[in-house]
Amino acid sequence: MIVAERKPMGEIIEMVQDCKKVLVLACRGCVTVCSAGGEREAEILSSLIRLGMKKAGKSIEVSTESLVRQCDREYIDEIDQWKDDYDAVVSTACGVGVNFISNLKKDTMVYPALNTTFFGGSAEQGEWTEQCAGCGDCVLHLTGGLCPVARCAKSLMNGPCGGSVDGRCEIHKDVECIWQSIHDRLGSFDRSAQMEVIAPIRDWSSAGHGGPRKVVRDDLTV
Amino acid sequence: MNFDLAITLFSCHYTSQQSCAEDGKELEQLGFPDSINLVRVPCTGKLQMTTLLKAFEDGADGVYVVGCPADGCHNVKGSIRAAKRVDAVRAALEELGVEGERVQMYHLPRGLHPEFVAKAKEMDSRIRNLGQGPFSN
Repeated sequence: MIVAERKPMGEIIEMVQDCKKVLVLACRGCVTVCSAGGEREAEILSSLIRLGMKKAGKSIEVSTESLVRQCDREYIDEIDQWKDDYDAVVSTACGVGVNFISNLKKDTMVYPALNTTFFGGSAEQGEWTEQCAGCGDCVLHLTGGLCPVARCAKSLMNGPCGGSVDGRCEIHKDVECIWQSIHDRLGSFDRSAQMEVIAPIRDWSSAGHGGPRKVVRDDLTV
Repeated sequence: MNFDLAITLFSCHYTSQQSCAEDGKELEQLGFPDSINLVRVPCTGKLQMTTLLKAFEDGADGVYVVGCPADGCHNVKGSIRAAKRVDAVRAALEELGVEGERVQMYHLPRGLHPEFVAKAKEMDSRIRNLGQGPFSN
């Protein structure tokens, strides 16, 4: 999922300080799962905006709604039903949602309530870790299913580096050396020889270094 | 400092049994501050952040939660969950530039105990010293 965190309230209050009425718009997709921007978090944010504005001596009407997702046109169009109820939308979606509203609703000012952080998962309740960098050229079949792009601090393709100590990364002892884990995991499948294969210099153009990326599926377009 | 203090207390059913004693008169007789509006809930673990924030929106100068001892909650982890949410509300208030002490969590024994009134007096004193809250009506 896409993992995100709420922005500091000072930033959000600054965004809406001239508004008379705002719509806090939750997303029931990834940010609900990572407890950053679902309906519950949007209700909390609405309350905090009201309190923050009251403390500043300003009045504001804050309503709260949600969309199934904010990354598809058909759901974004649902915003129109509330168009008379706000001066601006405060989106608790990831950055994709904020961009989609901006792309599709020319007359709607939209502000981001979240900082979008990474593609990750939750192995422990309340904790999320980065697992994928969306680099567009997956090498997981060569690395035992563990991603060196997202999970190696240097995104090395031929690791580990000299900073790996006792299976931990030199940047912090709490960070596992993913290349040590790749080595161990390949070994458990009797595929340690894969570690001897030198990965070629990588073409990063698929990782966004060649500009914004796009996927087109002809079989799905009409 | 003289002002009309408004404090909202959310207390679990088990730790607020004194509020039922003597047809509800016992607390009054023991000096339970009249600034405190007591809301009994089945378990503090059911309290959401929005419930605590709504109390501030309604004008409370302070909000506190009384639940079971952390290692002896009737619903196992209810009061621990409540404490976590109180911590989250405190952090959010501080982000807004409001004193975090305006929201508190207490873990108290179940049944009839003097600590229930003592903590109420402590909270009344704390908020009185902080002064009127920024959300006061």
